[in-house]
Amino acid sequence: MKIRTLIRHVCEGARYVWRNGWMSFASISAMAVSMLVLGVFVIVALNVNALTQNIENEIKIKVYLDIAYPRAQVPMVQNQIGSIPGVKRITFVSKEEELEQTRLRWGEEGKKLLQSQKKDPNPFPDAFVIEVYEPRQVDDVAARILELNDTNTPKPIWKLNYGADTVRKLFAMIDVVRYIGIGLIAALTIMSVFLIANTIKLTITARRSEIAIMKLVGATHTFIRWPFFIEGSLIGMIGALIPVLILSILYDRLLLYAETEIGFLREVLLPAHESMSVIALFLLVLGQLIGLWGSVISIRKFLRV
Amino acid sequence: MIELQDVYKTYPDGGVALRGVHVRIERHEFVYLVGPSGAGKSTMLRLIYREDRPTQGTIFVNNFNLAKLGMRKIPFLRRSIGVIFQDFKLLPKRTAYENVAFAMEVVEAPSKTIRKRTMEVLDLVKLADRSHAFPSQLSGGEQQRVAIARAIVNKPLVVVADEPTGNLDPETSWDIMRLLEEINFRGTTVIMATHNKDIVNTLRKRVIAIERGIIVRDEPRGEYGYED
Ligand SMILES: Nc1ncnc2c1ncn2[C@@H]1O[C@H](COP(=O)(O)OP(=O)(O)OP(=O)(O)O)[C@@H](O)[C@H]1O
Ligand SMILES: [Mg+2]
Repeated sequence: MKIRTLIRHVCEGARYVWRNGWMSFASISAMAVSMLVLGVFVIVALNVNALTQNIENEIKIKVYLDIAYPRAQVPMVQNQIGSIPGVKRITFVSKEEELEQTRLRWGEEGKKLLQSQKKDPNPFPDAFVIEVYEPRQVDDVAARILELNDTNTPKPIWKLNYGADTVRKLFAMIDVVRYIGIGLIAALTIMSVFLIANTIKLTITARRSEIAIMKLVGATHTFIRWPFFIEGSLIGMIGALIPVLILSILYDRLLLYAETEIGFLREVLLPAHESMSVIALFLLVLGQLIGLWGSVISIRKFLRV
Repeated sequence: MIELQDVYKTYPDGGVALRGVHVRIERHEFVYLVGPSGAGKSTMLRLIYREDRPTQGTIFVNNFNLAKLGMRKIPFLRRSIGVIFQDFKLLPKRTAYENVAFAMEVVEAPSKTIRKRTMEVLDLVKLADRSHAFPSQLSGGEQQRVAIARAIVNKPLVVVADEPTGNLDPETSWDIMRLLEEINFRGTTVIMATHNKDIVNTLRKRVIAIERGIIVRDEPRGEYGYED
C-alpha cells in the first residue's frame, strides 16, 4: 500500500471516531475502565509474584534447641538434621550470636534494654537455621526434625518456627484475587468488544451511500475496509492509552508514598520502569487486539464487500 | 465489447426479470434500451456492471467473464465501467470537485493526476466554474453533469446510464444527451436505458427493446416504438 493511501485511511478512521461522538466516547470509556482494572490487577499480580518469590526464598525453619541440651552433642544433631532429604543448608546460630544480632537489630534503644542483661543469663537458646530446596516441602521437613525428639535423649529440640501458615494463606488469597480479576476482565473485555463493534456498525450505516459509490467506481474491498479497521484500532489505542497514563501516575505516587511512609512497601514494590513498561506494552497490544476484534465483527456483519 | 448469452434472471422472491437474453454490443456503439416499465432494463444493466448475477447464462464485459469473476476482481471490472443513474447518487457533503475526485482517490490514482484529470472532466461537462459548489447548490442538470464527470473520470471503456434524463426537463435532457454523444464520439461505448421517446426518435442510435424479459426488437438507428 502506498504511504499516501495509508495516510488517507488513518485520516478517515480518525474522522469516523470523531463523527461518532458519544458512541466513540462510550466505547473508549468502556475500554479505558476495563484496561484500568486489568492494569491494576496486573500491577498487583506482578508485585505479589515478586513478593511470593521473595517469601518463598526466605522460608527457613528455625529450630531452637533446648536450653539444657549439652553443647557437645549439638554437632550430632546438626548432622542428623543435615541428612534429612530436602534440607539444603543448616547453619548453627549460638545464643551469643543471637544476642549480638538482636542488639544490632534493635540499635540504640535496644542497647539500653539489653545492657542490664550482660552476658549471663542469656535469654536466647542455641538454634539452627535450616533452608530447604522446595518451599512446599517445608511441612515434611519440619515434621522430620521434630521426630528427632523421639530418637534422642535428652530431647534436643525446644521448639521450631516457620512461616508456613502465613504463606499458605497468602497463596489462597492470591488465587481468589486472581479468579475475581480474570472474571472481571473477561466481562469488561467482552463489553468493550461489543461496544466497539456497535460504534463501527454505526459508522458503516452512516456511510452506506459513500460505500456504495466507492464500490461502484471500483474501490477494492481492502481499500473500503481499512478505515473501519483504523477506527477500531484507534478506539482501542485511546482506550488503552488513558489507563496507561493514569496507572503510571498512580504507581509513581504509590512509590513516592511507600518511600516516605511505609517501610514494608518500599521493600516489596517493583521499580516503576520495570512494572509500568510491561503493563504499558501489554495494555496497548491488548487494546489494539480488542479494537480490531470489534471492527472485524462489524465489518463481517454489516459491510458486505 | 459486451455480450450476453442466454441470460436468465429470476429474483429470490420469484419475479422473473430476464428470460433468455442474447445480445452483443461492440466497442464505440451507442445503444438505447427501451421497453415498458418492469420489462427488465435496469436488471440487464445491473448484470452488466456486476451489481447482480444472472440466474443462468454467460456475460462478457470488456474481456471479463462475469461468471468466473471472483469477488476480488469485481473492482477491476467496475473501473472499466462508468455508471450513471436517474437520481445522480452524488455525495451531499462533498463539492462537485470532491465528488469527482473521490472516484479517482478510491482507485488510488496519484494526487497530481487526480487534480489534473478532475478539472479536465469538469471542464468537459462545463462545470469548471461550479467545482466548489455542493450538490444542493446545483440544478438537476448540473448534478447529472457532475455524475457524468464522475462516471468518466477513470476513463472507462463503457458508460452505463439508467434513465439519465428521467428527472430532468427536456431542455436539460438535451444537454445531457449532447454530453453522452460527445463521450461516445471520443470512443466510449454508451448503453442507456430510457423512456424518452423524443430523444430516441431524434438522436437516432441502435435501439434494443425489451418486453417482459425478452428482447423483442433490435435495430440500428431504430425508433422508440411506444406511446408513453
Ligand atoms: N431487487 C428486486 N427484487 C425483486 N424483483 C425485482 C427486483 N428488481 C426488479 N425486480 C423485478 O424485475 C422486473 C424487472 O425490473 P426492472 O427494474 O429491471 O425493470 P425496468 O425495465 O428497469 O423498469 P423501469 O422502466 O420501470 O425502470 C420487474 O418485474 C421488477 O418487479
Ligand atoms: Mg429501471
